[in-house]
Amino acid sequence: MYGLGILNGFLVTMKNFIKKPVTIQYPEERNPQHPRFRGEEFVWYEDRCTACASCAKYCPLGIIKIVTHPSGGKLPEGDAYAIDVFDIDIGRCMFCGLCVEACPYDALFMGSGFEESKYKRADLVIHADRLRAAEKHPSTWFRPQLEGRGYDPQSDAPVPWKEAGRESWPHHLPQRPGEPGADGADAPSSPAGH
Amino acid sequence: MPSPLEGNALFRGIYCWLAANKGNALQCPPDGPAFKDGWLPLGWEWLAYTIAALAIVMLVVNAFMVLATIYTYVERRLLGRFQSRLGPNRAGPFGLLQPIADAIKLLAKEDLVPAGADRWVFNLAPVVMVVPVILVLAVLPFGRHSFVADVNIGILYVVAVTSISTLAMFMAGFSSGNRYAMFGGMRAVAQLISYEIPVVLSIVGVLLLAGSLSLVSIVEAQRIPYILLQPLGFFVFMAGSSAEMNRSPFDLVEAESEIVSGYHTEYSGMKFGVFQLAEFGAVLTTSGIMATLFLKGWEGPVLPSHLWFLIKVFLFAFLFIWVRATLPRLRLDQVMAFAWKFLLPLSLINIFITAIEVLALDTTKLANLWLMAGINMAVAVLGIAAFSRFVRLGGKPRDITIEIPMASEAR
Ligand code: SF4
Ligand code: SF4
Repeated sequence: MYGLGILNGFLVTMKNFIKKPVTIQYPEERNPQHPRFRGEEFVWYEDRCTACASCAKYCPLGIIKIVTHPSGGKLPEGDAYAIDVFDIDIGRCMFCGLCVEACPYDALFMGSGFEESKYKRADLVIHADRLRAAEKHPSTWFRPQLEGRGYDPQSDAPVPWKEAGRESWPHHLPQRPGEPGADGADAPSSPAGH
Repeated sequence: MPSPLEGNALFRGIYCWLAANKGNALQCPPDGPAFKDGWLPLGWEWLAYTIAALAIVMLVVNAFMVLATIYTYVERRLLGRFQSRLGPNRAGPFGLLQPIADAIKLLAKEDLVPAGADRWVFNLAPVVMVVPVILVLAVLPFGRHSFVADVNIGILYVVAVTSISTLAMFMAGFSSGNRYAMFGGMRAVAQLISYEIPVVLSIVGVLLLAGSLSLVSIVEAQRIPYILLQPLGFFVFMAGSSAEMNRSPFDLVEAESEIVSGYHTEYSGMKFGVFQLAEFGAVLTTSGIMATLFLKGWEGPVLPSHLWFLIKVFLFAFLFIWVRATLPRLRLDQVMAFAWKFLLPLSLINIFITAIEVLALDTTKLANLWLMAGINMAVAVLGIAAFSRFVRLGGKPRDITIEIPMASEAR
């Protein structure tokens, strides 16, 4: 009989009306992020980095700037370089992750943040100081083996895995730790490459 | 003073407070506290009359406007819930201040008049749109002894006044100097004139039962709600009036996906706001008329009569929102076919059956009314089922050949 389809439609909307809305109130509530989320920031472990600049070389856009100087210590394996500048201009980054893939020492990862809007283009450049001070929440994109270490994204109750996945920065804070201007100081001017 | 205002309790109160005198034509109650000498001397009753009338008009219009703004919030919240989202909830607690935020936003917007517009008509259209909505309130009984006027041709007046909004839409569409607005205006005229007929005819069943055109008498005549006695009439009225208000299954007049936003494409700022207010207000007045005609108006147990009326109005408004959330927009030919092939015959059948029943049965007996309710329910279900089975809405797609003249021939 005709018309029953219409009544069925009324039932569907009524069901939606009665059940809890699916809306997530974003700034207050958050969806859990997947650990392989490729965020708009980078996680850099300076102690593992040898300043080989593979990342800078493989970046298709050439937006990683690394300046080093020889440390002076004559090691048998070769010199360890000290890092003066390690800048990533995420204003131009396309988050392809090739730099992460290129890093031979697991020193560079994509991060998991995504609230990176800034008032100035210059603020979009992530400096070495910010990378050093930032909380480390590496994305496991390109490094899924990280997920094996005490974290199972498939299980119902995920073990809190401090080192991977979740953004812990409370967005209400005006500045994230390690960011230029976090200590009330002005953001350093003249970022690399400008 | 033979006046339709006389039955209004509030009017009498104000009038008597101002001009109670022993020689009054309005016969203020001699024992009430109002019966001291009024503020005005004898012979100044006309002033008291004017003040009382203006006070009531102010009260009703403002209360209605506030209700309409609240209704915009309610509609958006409920629509959100029907679509499994929250709706506006940011401005104030639960988003209650959303109408105010909207009003501020609309007032702050630039008020544009397009260069090609017919300035006078363009500016006049929002006013013509909102006036009929308010005029309906003149005869709508909001509660026991509370109405602005008990006109003895009340429902005829409502029908006449509400059809003015067609003119407003056409004025808006025609004067904008915009093709989409023009399309919207044309559609408004075609659609609204078509739907006026089934709507008016669906009321006739109610009139046959009530034996009066006055809305107050219709409410008082309802021993059982006419929605039970006139299910077919209610269906036709509901469908037809939602088409007249350009609401969802029939919102071709402002179909966003086809003609931007129809007749009010070119409107901005508070003029647009007035159009919106008129549309949302029309839902409330139509719900009010439906409550009056089909659901015993203000009458109900325990609660005060005004509250009952409000509850019923919002019940029907909820129904309209539900329909809007559920049904997709029809094509223009389907909309027209629905009016002429579906609603019009159904409303005629309804009149026919009701007339026979009124003639054959003694409608003063309650048992007979229930019998009528049973028969009419069966007729409604059968009629709707049969018509939806056998009436084809809209034609098959046709091949249209358009001859494009060659460039050489065109010259
Ligand atoms: S993610 Fe891609 S574009 Fe961004 S810095 Fe790394 S290699 Fe360059
Ligand atoms: S590729 Fe890795 S180790 Fe080499 S400079 Fe980049 S981050 Fe450091």
